[in-house]
Amino acid sequence: MGAAVPLARQRDVARALRAFLPERAVLFEEEDTRPYECDGLTAYRQLPMVVALPETEEQVRRILQTCSSMQAPVVPRGAGTGLSGGALPPGDGVLLSMAKFMRVLRVDPLARLALVQPGVRNAVISEAAAPHGLYYAPDPSSQIACTIGGNVAENSGGVHCLKYGLTVHNVVALRGFTVDGEPVSIGGGAPDAPGLDLLALAIGSEGMLLVVTEVTVKLLPKPKCARVIMASFDDVQKAGDAVAAVIAAGIIPAGLEMMDRPATRAVEQFVGAGYDLEAAAILLCESDGTAEEVEDEIARTQAVLRAAGAVRMAVSRDEAERLRFWSGRKAAFPAVGRISPDYYCMDGTIPRKRLGEVLTFIAEMEAKYGLRCPNVFHAGDGNLHPLILFDASRADELERTEHFAAEVLEKCVAVGGTITGEHGVGVEKINQMCVQFRPDELELFHAVKAAFDARGLLNPGKAVPTLARCAEHGRMHVRGGRLPHPELPRF
Amino acid sequence: MTELFQQRIREAAARRSPLRLRGGGSKDFYGNAPRGEILDTRAYAGIVDYEASELVLTARCGTPLKEIEAALEAQGQCLPFEPPHFGAATFGGCIAAGLSGPRRASAGALRDYVLGVKLVDGRGRLLEFGGRVMKNVAGYDVSRLVAGSLGTLGLIAEASLKVLPKPRVQRTLGFELGEREAIEAMNRWAAQPLPLSASLWHAGRLCVRLSGAEASVSAAQRALGGSLDEDRLWESVREQTHPFFAGAEPLWRLSLPSTAAPLAGPQLVEWNGGLRWLKSRAPAAEVRAAAAGAGGHATLFRSADKAAGAFAPLDPALMRLHLELKKAFDPQGILNPGRMYAEL
Repeated sequence: MGAAVPLARQRDVARALRAFLPERAVLFEEEDTRPYECDGLTAYRQLPMVVALPETEEQVRRILQTCSSMQAPVVPRGAGTGLSGGALPPGDGVLLSMAKFMRVLRVDPLARLALVQPGVRNAVISEAAAPHGLYYAPDPSSQIACTIGGNVAENSGGVHCLKYGLTVHNVVALRGFTVDGEPVSIGGGAPDAPGLDLLALAIGSEGMLLVVTEVTVKLLPKPKCARVIMASFDDVQKAGDAVAAVIAAGIIPAGLEMMDRPATRAVEQFVGAGYDLEAAAILLCESDGTAEEVEDEIARTQAVLRAAGAVRMAVSRDEAERLRFWSGRKAAFPAVGRISPDYYCMDGTIPRKRLGEVLTFIAEMEAKYGLRCPNVFHAGDGNLHPLILFDASRADELERTEHFAAEVLEKCVAVGGTITGEHGVGVEKINQMCVQFRPDELELFHAVKAAFDARGLLNPGKAVPTLARCAEHGRMHVRGGRLPHPELPRF
Repeated sequence: MTELFQQRIREAAARRSPLRLRGGGSKDFYGNAPRGEILDTRAYAGIVDYEASELVLTARCGTPLKEIEAALEAQGQCLPFEPPHFGAATFGGCIAAGLSGPRRASAGALRDYVLGVKLVDGRGRLLEFGGRVMKNVAGYDVSRLVAGSLGTLGLIAEASLKVLPKPRVQRTLGFELGEREAIEAMNRWAAQPLPLSASLWHAGRLCVRLSGAEASVSAAQRALGGSLDEDRLWESVREQTHPFFAGAEPLWRLSLPSTAAPLAGPQLVEWNGGLRWLKSRAPAAEVRAAAAGAGGHATLFRSADKAAGAFAPLDPALMRLHLELKKAFDPQGILNPGRMYAEL
């Protein structure tokens, strides 16, 4: 894909789009397309042949029809904050930016639904719902920037998913187009739409099945009150066991996060969240609900944490302190970005009971690859975000990082977990898909893709590896983890 | 045992001979009339893995739903979507039917709790999707797609569900209210941070259930007022032993936007207005038009005559996608053919 696209092809596609799009909505000069060369996974870059910026559904439909008839690949993009390269542009096709679809079309406070365009930012939905005492629950840490369309593509989570679910639990309807420009509406304001659950299939499909132009989300009543416990542990394993103990006690906290000492130290320099820097690990455990409920749950949780070996505990006394406790967790990625030129964020999910084993494994990998790896986890749902620190300007550090990450993800699969909990496969984890799924399963994924997009034009080459690729990846393992062609871009 | 399922399905595929996937038969009435040779799943039974602190239960398809619920009960946990049994339900059948009970409007639907499945597809391949963890976005979400697919895509051999602690306290409150006022009240209350876990309106009486910690349930009870009612009510609605469901008149299940205005005909309303059971001998087209007019759809749930099709017809674009997906999972079209739609 590194090869230059023939200028004639670029011109033809751009001209076909210009037939119905204004000049400013079709970009093909390098200086204009450069900002779209990558998403949040900056290690992978590719200049798109053409960028299209539609403003109406009719324009989206015509772009898809045009690309379809010209056999040009299409890659939809929201804010480009994704961490797995799902919006990595096609060098020989059209990057379809949905950024101009920015309107909240309707908030229905009584039905507790909001109809929004896909380019609306996640946090904006909650802002629009706030006057009615409602909010949109999934809160990925990029929520001030990421769009709901991107959330739908990735089935994004956040720090409150254990109690409030992921995007798939909070979106009730989608409207959009197939790659041929055929309009489709799935789900609806009424529960249990007839037929197969295409909504579940579309959400998390990484932009490979449909282009979404409208999203209907559920709004929840904003809890009256929330408080968070910060508990310190002198041992990471004990902190992990404490998480299991909380849940075994019948408590489902609104948020249950864990950070190890390297992570808290990085964060503390950055935001001053007031974390206990002596602790080997801290847990942040939030309760929300009515004042009575929160008081009751905080007391029960504290008792469980104490019994599980918490050496110190602090409970947020007011909203400002609660937000301060969370500020460190929410700023973990940028904070780590400050102490290292580059970092690589993993996203494996494991059964909680295997946490100790996986942490030990990560520590071994730190030694093996000579790279540091602070850990932040959505502990309540077993979703790990180890952050490998590296310097891309140093010889082979990116490659070592990728091998480190690959080994950790494969370990996650080995203990019964998954390579990605919420960031998606994209281009980043496509080889690990060969570890998690067998050829028959991958073949079925390809058949599902073909049901929506027989010619494979929508976001091609992402999320599901070809069987040939897996065969190659398998050989790669036999050779002890060395990539066969490290000089080739990995799409 | 899964090898036996695989073999049966491979043989049937070779002969292009329809199979009727069946557990306890408790939902034989649901959907269009079943046809094909019965493939009984009950022998493949048992809980494979359940650890309360993981909030995940994995079981084989033939496991009686009662056994699953008893195992959860012993650990103070539950299936939050409160599935109806309608008889000797099995775990696999429960997931394939995809039906949720009274708590659906607050806790979510069955599909929301599906984490992973082992599926035998129409070619007899044993495939695994999802897993036993809470968050998993690797690959398309086939596990949730097969929930509620009525066995048209594959035989669910094993499944993992997320489970939750049982609410510590439950209390049911009753109010004398007309339908319009009740629908308005249910939606208004649902928009407030109250521990509501179920709602029901029938014949001039609204009942709501509060679930949670004692303190919050009591506080909500003080805020809402009303009189105490019987908790048994919810099971009678879930299992349709409530007197409303008696009689031979066709029973329609209307899914509507929760705030939709009352429709004509004798009804029992659940899910804050999102689910309305209707008894009606009116022509199917008329009932479906009324539901569609209100922004929803109508399922002919129980009826001696299902010639009109159990489920609301799909628009051509969606039907095309359904047919393509069916081909991907079951190219010979042998698994529960016609159960969902005549074309599938």
